Amino acid sequence: MLNMLATEPLRALLEQAFPAAEELSVVDRTGGGDHFQVTVVSGRFDGLSLVEQHRLVYGALAAPLADGTIHELRISTKGTR
Amino acid sequence: MSELRTQIEQIVSSEPVALFMKGKPDFAMCGNSARALAALRSAGAPVTAIDVLPDPRIRQELSALSSWPTIPQVFIKGELIGGADIVQELAETGELERKLAEALGDDYRAPGSERVVALTAA
Repeated sequence: MLNMLATEPLRALLEQAFPAAEELSVVDRTGGGDHFQVTVVSGRFDGLSLVEQHRLVYGALAAPLADGTIHELRISTKGTR
Repeated sequence: MSELRTQIEQIVSSEPVALFMKGKPDFAMCGNSARALAALRSAGAPVTAIDVLPDPRIRQELSALSSWPTIPQVFIKGELIGGADIVQELAETGELERKLAEALGDDYRAPGSERVVALTAA
């Protein structure tokens, strides 16, 4: 449950940013609540470069990135086409 | 514009491959920086490494310039390629080598060309 406490707020932010995501997951990589792996598959990424795709994820998580909630973030994104 | 910002811009635009990392190539202070470096090395990239740790302003100026919030950051001929995840993904698919050849020419591999640049304004 501790794990979910850490990942749930991030998940909520990502669901808000990518409401039509086909796949969306947030994993607390170390169990420490500050190293995360985020995976998003969404049509929103179609036609965008990886840099642009990751920027959208960073944008969605700007607050927890800025306040230090996220110490380390690994991102995996994919379009649906 | 700050002197530091100018220096960073100069490095980004003039170095064939610039890696802004935490620590130095022989002693990376962060797993993601080590991953990005390993991916670049696997593709034979002539890496110029810049340590962002000596001064927090380096990170601030760099991220303001690149609109990329995290370290490491990899640039090829001035273009932001991405952080550790993207560079690793591109290395695994062979896309990184293609990009390097396209930007720097087919003979971009220069063994022993890895170097470290320090920001003097920091």
